[in-house]
Amino acid sequence: MDEELHVHKKVGSIGFGMMSPKLLKQLAAAKIVTPELYDKEGYPVDGGLMDIRLGVIDPGLRCKTCGSKLKECIGHFGYIALARPVIHISFASVILTLLRTTCRECSRLLLPKAKIDANKNKLLQLGADKGPEAQRKRLKEMLTGAKIGNKCPHCKARQQKITIEKPTTYLENEKRLSPIEIRNRLEKISDDDAHLYGLNPKTVRPEWMILTILPIPPVTMRPSITLETGERSEDDLTHKLGDIVRINQRLFENINAGAPEIIVEDLWDLLQYHVTTFFDNAVAQLPPARHRSGQPLKTLTERIKSKEGRIRHNLAGKRTNFSARTVISPDPMLDMNEVGVPRVMAEKLSVPERVTEWNMEYLKKFVENGPKKYPGANYIVRPDGRKKKITEETIEQSLEELQPGYLVERHLLDGDIAIFNRQPSLHRMSMMCHKIRVLPYKTLRLNPAVCFPYNADFDGDEMNLHIPQTEEARSEAEILMMVQTQLISPRYGLSVIGCIQDAISGNYLLTIEGSEMSRIEAIDLLAAVGIDDFSKLPKKETVTGKEVFSVLLPNEFSFVGKTRSSDEPELIIEKGKLLKGVMDKANLGEGSGFMLRNLHKRYGADETISLIGKFFRLGTMMLMRRGFTTTVSDTDLTEEARQEIQDLFKKTEDSVQDLIKQFEDGTLEAFPGRSAKETLELKIMELLNNARNETGLIVERSVPQHSHTMVMAQSGARGGLLNLAQMAGAVGQQALRGKRIDKGYKDRTLSHFRRGDFSPDARGFIKNSFKSGLSPSEFFFQSVVGRDALMDTALRTPKSGYLYRRLANALQDMKVDHDGSVRDASGKIVQFAYGEDGIDVSKSEGGKINISRVASGVRNG
Amino acid sequence: MADVFGQFKDSLPESVIADAKDAATKEKMTDSQAKKLMEALLDEQNKMRVAPGECVGLISAESIGEPGTQMTLNTFHFAGVAEMNITMGLPRIIEILDGQKKIATPMMEIYLHKPYSEGKDIKKLALRIKESKLDDVAREYSINLTESTIDVSIDQTQIEALGMTMGDLVKAVKKENKSLTVSSEGETITFKTKTKDDTFNEIYKLKEKLRETYIGGIKGISQVLPVKRNEEFMIVTAGSNLKKILPMEEVDSERTFSNDIYEIENVLGIEAARQAIVNEVYKVIESQGLNVDIRHLMLVADTMTADGNFKGITRYGVVSGKASVLARASFETPIKHILNAALYGEEDSLTSVIENVMLNQPVPVGTGLPKLQMKTK
Repeated sequence: MDEELHVHKKVGSIGFGMMSPKLLKQLAAAKIVTPELYDKEGYPVDGGLMDIRLGVIDPGLRCKTCGSKLKECIGHFGYIALARPVIHISFASVILTLLRTTCRECSRLLLPKAKIDANKNKLLQLGADKGPEAQRKRLKEMLTGAKIGNKCPHCKARQQKITIEKPTTYLENEKRLSPIEIRNRLEKISDDDAHLYGLNPKTVRPEWMILTILPIPPVTMRPSITLETGERSEDDLTHKLGDIVRINQRLFENINAGAPEIIVEDLWDLLQYHVTTFFDNAVAQLPPARHRSGQPLKTLTERIKSKEGRIRHNLAGKRTNFSARTVISPDPMLDMNEVGVPRVMAEKLSVPERVTEWNMEYLKKFVENGPKKYPGANYIVRPDGRKKKITEETIEQSLEELQPGYLVERHLLDGDIAIFNRQPSLHRMSMMCHKIRVLPYKTLRLNPAVCFPYNADFDGDEMNLHIPQTEEARSEAEILMMVQTQLISPRYGLSVIGCIQDAISGNYLLTIEGSEMSRIEAIDLLAAVGIDDFSKLPKKETVTGKEVFSVLLPNEFSFVGKTRSSDEPELIIEKGKLLKGVMDKANLGEGSGFMLRNLHKRYGADETISLIGKFFRLGTMMLMRRGFTTTVSDTDLTEEARQEIQDLFKKTEDSVQDLIKQFEDGTLEAFPGRSAKETLELKIMELLNNARNETGLIVERSVPQHSHTMVMAQSGARGGLLNLAQMAGAVGQQALRGKRIDKGYKDRTLSHFRRGDFSPDARGFIKNSFKSGLSPSEFFFQSVVGRDALMDTALRTPKSGYLYRRLANALQDMKVDHDGSVRDASGKIVQFAYGEDGIDVSKSEGGKINISRVASGVRNG
Repeated sequence: MADVFGQFKDSLPESVIADAKDAATKEKMTDSQAKKLMEALLDEQNKMRVAPGECVGLISAESIGEPGTQMTLNTFHFAGVAEMNITMGLPRIIEILDGQKKIATPMMEIYLHKPYSEGKDIKKLALRIKESKLDDVAREYSINLTESTIDVSIDQTQIEALGMTMGDLVKAVKKENKSLTVSSEGETITFKTKTKDDTFNEIYKLKEKLRETYIGGIKGISQVLPVKRNEEFMIVTAGSNLKKILPMEEVDSERTFSNDIYEIENVLGIEAARQAIVNEVYKVIESQGLNVDIRHLMLVADTMTADGNFKGITRYGVVSGKASVLARASFETPIKHILNAALYGEEDSLTSVIENVMLNQPVPVGTGLPKLQMKTK
């Protein structure tokens, strides 16, 4: 395969520095002398800004410098010789420091020689240790500390006061210093002195900060756009450069013609303005250069900085091919590490496979099918890298051509590797590797149990799919990113994947005390889950739900844990038999229980993931057989209960009125450090909270006990008792920032109430339940709190996003070294052992070593 | 049996050994069983070791950043008995990680030695700690315009409560107002300006300033609250001043703490600051009902304090200390970093992640680390 002789080069390091005028001239491919862009035929003018020596952006033309065509030629710099020197805006402050701290006559540093010699090494060392900024700061301190008066310690010349009139005018004793003069002074600064400022003499000369030559960026980085009308629209940079060239030419002409000094100066200032805005169009004191439409030009600085700039958008942000995105929907019959890919996607995305003698026949079948018939192929790639599209017409030809060494880009097949992702990708479980299952219809499908790590739901969420294209990428994805390898969260060391919603309700109903079914039914249920070995099921006429569940458990598994239920708070599994306790969210749910963690520890990731899949299917299948719904009558209360709640509210209301009366009489004793009014509020809040809690208890007692709503609340599948109480009993106090609602009108919350009314009704207490319906004032109170919550989320997201970005940026280079220490990119030690004990959280059990498990293991041999 | 555990002193953490001891006694293990247990634990720990090259930094960043979206913004937590507000939730985490020198709600929990921890003189002690101002003891201010004087009548019961006498008060007031002539007569203190012909405005301003005059207590502590926690009396304060509080003989300086990390760094040193960061962030995360392993917080705290200074995770703090120009430029203010790099002729040796992403090269963490070496003939 001699045609594949790619040389892979690696960038070892990148140096930064400034270019000298001489170097700029040497690098330049052309000298630009005219602001004209194209001649009458639309051909780029020689010596113009679009000169084809600077590269080509038109199809058909060839670059005069390198001879390559469009897209091959990367472009070449040109230059303008400026008629008069101009200050580079970005270095304005450095120039000022240099002018102020060097002698105006001899350009030496304004420090006595002895002092320089004594501190030189110290300063340079400081620069090497803490960076040049620290060095410059120290130098400044030394200069202010060395009281030299206003005489140069070297040549005794009197120094003048130098000020800057921003952005680029320097004044010496109110008299303007021209850039020529400044350049002359900077030229005289010796390399040794410059080094003390932290300027590296190898890369920078101070006078280079005053421009005499302006480099012209290649046309390829400022391409023009041809509008539909055939008109050319030039890039912002070209516009700006045009201005510069135009003014520069006029300045030349005026100088040569011997125009009055004042005209030359004006033009010079204008040139300075244009050059300044060319570099940075957001200088505080200058009006930004604008388009004719009035919108500011985007010049060099704006191109680089901010999120949409070159660095964050183009350099650090990568784009990819072989990816797809669409709406997701659930499919519990998929395995957890599978993703359902619609057929249309599978036909567009492809996997390259190398043709060898042994798989030739196999791959030929794909090519035979062509791009339209699944499973087919879209492209064949010749060994020299040429891609050939397979179309209906070229199938025959491609088949004939195909031989070992070729690549076939075939359609996706079941079992191919893909990376699945949902944004925002906040943690590593947001991008996991799945195996592909090509399915009909047009959504991407995933097992609902993996929703939690992705934080996905199916109300219209979309997700992305990526197909790794190399063997290396595929194996890395499979070994490191497969769903089962991500089971244990590196955040807290417990399973992030577990049963959700129906799967929890189902298992709860199955394993609850008294759940029974005939053996036939049990076998039917288990078969639907995918079990075919029923030997573990007791050979009795009727079996309990716990026995059915136990069939799934591995034979040797023992576990003791807790459940959410108050009737059966203990969960005991012994030798693969569920003896006591119900399966609810505490054990099956994500991020909560140790049962899944223990299964993982004992049987490994693959076994656990398939077990969770079985649990999940058992739960949903159970519900399908049993029927599961929710209804308004689930929230029906008995007449007595309703009366009880009424009485409770009456009593609370009375006590509140008592308190208010005490407050008004001034007999209310204030809490220490609180005013009487605050005390009143706190006491009322307490009363009302008690009332709501008691309502909750009444509701819990008197609502139909075995309703499906209760099942959901008790198993932890969805909703809590609070939600039920709000639906059946009363919504309760609406709290705004931890207080009762007190904003709105003067001295009152809404115009429905009297001024200074402290009663529960007037301050956001909702007596009604969602079922009975809210009164108008209650509705307003709920909306107030609802909107506050909405605002809170809207304001929080960007804040926490920024925190996350900063954290990620600061910590991204920290890695564990071979000696177990944590080091940053430059090898500095941050921790001697990761987390003080070197334990990987994602390999631990909730961040710890599970001593009791190990101990019982030892005891039992 | 003790020596069985002693053998593992260097290889297992103290807490694990202690727990193992408990487990062994509970299970009534023999020496050989205990040894087996310890060996099993050691084996377990070795299995849990982090793999070299693991990019633990990013994992920690994710572990703190991801739950950030779930935290509530404006939660105010009530310390002790529904008293003082303390910033909690996301704003507090941001405050800590920013390394802000002035925090929104500084606070201290002062533990006391016996007998004060049993409630002796607790109110008095609290009042002594609280920063008192003239306004706290003044009953009335009267301005005499013709004489340019301000008379302040003092509430005697208030001074007594502070444990001061009139003489102490006058001395304190004199010390704080050296530009005024201060005289006292009975229950009134008279302030006289040295310049005559002050306008009413100036006198009024002076009066407002006088109200804030420091007369006693510990500066910076604006509120005190004695509380009883776990059968023990202690003082919770708003405002913090460790330097003054810790040397007090009544104070148990080992347990007393402040939530002002910058102050902790100044008074107790960088190690204490590191621990304070871990504790404070953990407190917030815990109060929000979130679950984040402490190791992640340790790593963040260690990064913030690794070079001996308390640095925030900002462009001025931790990020500015990075060796790589491109890494700094890719975070914030890219122009500044590139220009400076040019001036100083910096060289980026591409040892961290982001530069290699920019250049499409393997990143030097995890699976990007192993390299293949070939012997050339």
